[in-house]
Amino acid sequence: MSTNNGAAVRFEKVQKSYDGKNLVVKDLNLDIAPGEFLTMLGPSGSGKTTCLMMLAGFEPATHGEIFLNNEPINNVPPYKRGIGMVFQNYALFPHMTVAENLAFPLQIRKLSKSDRDAKVKKALDMVELGEFGNRRPIQLSGGQQQRVAVARALVFDPDLVLMDEPLGALDKQLREQMQYEIKHIHENLGITVVYVTHDQSEALTMSDRVAVFEDGVIQQLSGPDELYENPQNSFVAQFIGENNKLSGTVTSIDNNHCQVKLADGTTLSAEAVNIGAIGDQTTVSLRPERIEFDPTESMDNLIKGTIKEVIYHGDHLRVVMSVAGNDEFIVKVRNRGDQRVLENGQVHTLGWASIDCKALDFTA
Amino acid sequence: MATELTTHDGQPLHKSLAKALRREKLRALVLIAPLLVFVLLTFVSPILDMLFRSVENSIVADTLPDTTRALQSWDPLGDELPSEEVYASLANDMMLAQEVKIHTRLGSRLNYDQPGIASMFRKSGRRIKRLDAEIHLDAFTNVNAAWATPASWTALRKHSLWPEAFPSSSIAWNNWAKFVKSDEGDDADPTATSPYGFTYSALHHDLKKLSSEQWNKLSSSDNSELSALFNGLQEASVSFPDGNYKEQFLDMHDGWGELDNWQTIHRLSPKVVDSYYWASVDRERTSDGVVQKPENERIYVTLFIRTLLMSLLITFSCILLGYPIAYLLATLPTRTSNLLMILVLLPFWTSLLVRTSAWKVLLQQQGVINNILVWLGLVGDDNRLALINNMTGTIITMTHILLPFMILPLFSVMKTISPSYVRAAKSMGATDWYAFRRIYFPNTIPGIGAGSILVFILSIGYYITPELVGGTKGVFISNRIAYHISSSLNWGLAAALGSILLVAVLILYWAYDRIVGIDNVKLG
Repeated sequence: MSTNNGAAVRFEKVQKSYDGKNLVVKDLNLDIAPGEFLTMLGPSGSGKTTCLMMLAGFEPATHGEIFLNNEPINNVPPYKRGIGMVFQNYALFPHMTVAENLAFPLQIRKLSKSDRDAKVKKALDMVELGEFGNRRPIQLSGGQQQRVAVARALVFDPDLVLMDEPLGALDKQLREQMQYEIKHIHENLGITVVYVTHDQSEALTMSDRVAVFEDGVIQQLSGPDELYENPQNSFVAQFIGENNKLSGTVTSIDNNHCQVKLADGTTLSAEAVNIGAIGDQTTVSLRPERIEFDPTESMDNLIKGTIKEVIYHGDHLRVVMSVAGNDEFIVKVRNRGDQRVLENGQVHTLGWASIDCKALDFTA
Repeated sequence: MATELTTHDGQPLHKSLAKALRREKLRALVLIAPLLVFVLLTFVSPILDMLFRSVENSIVADTLPDTTRALQSWDPLGDELPSEEVYASLANDMMLAQEVKIHTRLGSRLNYDQPGIASMFRKSGRRIKRLDAEIHLDAFTNVNAAWATPASWTALRKHSLWPEAFPSSSIAWNNWAKFVKSDEGDDADPTATSPYGFTYSALHHDLKKLSSEQWNKLSSSDNSELSALFNGLQEASVSFPDGNYKEQFLDMHDGWGELDNWQTIHRLSPKVVDSYYWASVDRERTSDGVVQKPENERIYVTLFIRTLLMSLLITFSCILLGYPIAYLLATLPTRTSNLLMILVLLPFWTSLLVRTSAWKVLLQQQGVINNILVWLGLVGDDNRLALINNMTGTIITMTHILLPFMILPLFSVMKTISPSYVRAAKSMGATDWYAFRRIYFPNTIPGIGAGSILVFILSIGYYITPELVGGTKGVFISNRIAYHISSSLNWGLAAALGSILLVAVLILYWAYDRIVGIDNVKLG
């Protein structure tokens, strides 16, 4: 019953359980388009890596079907799937040189020696490690090993490459550099990439689409901007980027606007995204950088807060405030150089537009 | 040239560093000192002692000091028996040896190289007292009665030519002194009585070799007593009889007339000999040089080869059996693998003797395994398999006993191999077998190496198990070593066999290091 819709990868009602009692993946339906860079993002234990392992063939699906280029692959062993894979700790074979590592998949495909050498050289050049073919993996730095792992996953020209937290072991600077490199390789080669990470900034930087996993379910599947600007529920809002939570009760709903009454009696005007009926509880999500500090003009929401802590961040000041019963309310104040004196205990007015604050499902 | 770095107070940096580290080094040394002493006492010194024993042979020269001295002028390759002088020295040496009862020990030692010689020494020891040794004593007293007095010897021993010009007499005198002390107690004074006849015979043989200059010195000695003794002695001694010890010894035992026996004594008179080593490789030194022993006496080379081959076989079967178990241990969930690990370690907690005996029960002709095979109809009742008291028994039992030594290092190496290696290989298109062969297996080689070295070296020196289940065909060289240590008491041969085994292991270790590289060995 495969539907030929041109998807490179298609999960259809996939479920997975390891122990027969708990579902790690609950009813997964996902289409990945050819050439797409799709990231599975989620905290550990959310089921994202399990999905990747099922796709690679290392874990069987308990129920449902996975299609690769519209062919069901549940009964295809991993070595016949032709999927490139980059592992979390690179899994470079320690007893082989870099060049031998890269030649390994080509040997299996019975390429001639000269073809092999050419492809290995091309792959190494692509990751700018042309001189390192004769080294052992252990002689390379973490970043170099990472590039070798990427080159090895690509050297046999797979249509689909899976990456399982490939940058997890690198330091911040190198990680950011590698994010761009992988992104560029993806763009140049036009391959499909399924990328697993728990790092939301990585997901936002690299992906065409991001699937946010939690509790075995995709919470939201959309582009990075959409994910950040319009989170569909509190979990996504919390997980992606920084976020202030204000909990209250819905007092009125007008199309996609609503009024929320907070615990201290303040009423907010918010965008209704994911709420129940009037009288239900809701959690309002608000990005710290969308808050105006001592606004000069009138705004949809104005509220007073007390400064609890000021942290200097160079380009901005991070102000922790107590607002409407939330003691961890964060405001990012742009460093304008006018040296406003912010001190603990000062009371300031905060203001924001109602479209910048989303009324979502209630979380404690 | 780079200028040497110094600290602020001008001291060279390396000196300053060494000083700073010295205290720590000293502390580390103190910490390991107990172990160091223990290892030296219980490991290094026994090995050195063994190496020493394998070549040490002072017993001949110590027991027959004058005989070995006199034998130096004898040609062992000729077809003549030693001279009368040698027999006289032998009589003198044997007299003391039987008094302090060490002649049988010498006999046993010589018997290793010359079977039958022990009984000759035993018999001669019993009869030595009946030897007539008066012949030269009489000759000397006939020239001058003063020779019979103890004072004559005291005077002679004070002369400057003693002991250089009197090699035989001086040894004979020492023998006499020891004889007296052994006979009468430690406070006996050998100078108080004149020595027995053997000493005079020794003197007679020494006098024959004196130069006329030496004669002059003696007869014109300041000591009037001594000059009187030597006055006219030179002329008279020419007509002294040469002695009849040879005849008497030949009467005592025919063996003293056989060249073989004398060649053996001559060959073994040095304090350091290689005879044990030749014996260890089924060879012996004869008058024709080093030759192979007769076919029915060759055992050690066969045993060495058998020990090596069987150890290799045991190592190999340990790899075959241990590899899958170690793999299971390394890949199963912790709970299951812990349980399995207990099963692996269980043999360690059981007495070796119990385990070996259990195999006896299992493997014997009327044992469990044969019974099952007969019951299944695989083997006829009158055709039961011989699984014990032969090589099969040794290999089966030793493999079982040494298996943990293979599994544990393999396990610890496999534990460190990330499962993502094999997954990566499979994602690149490798089948299970190909991934195992090209990726998993090469990474377990350090474990195989470590396990193999352990098992091989342990089995090459194994002793109890082959002894109990090996019968005659399944014993190792170590069983032979144990036999020589505890039954035949030929410690020298046991030491030589042990040294060869030690060297063989070291050579194999060296070869292993060259081929595989000892860095490639992981114990965990």
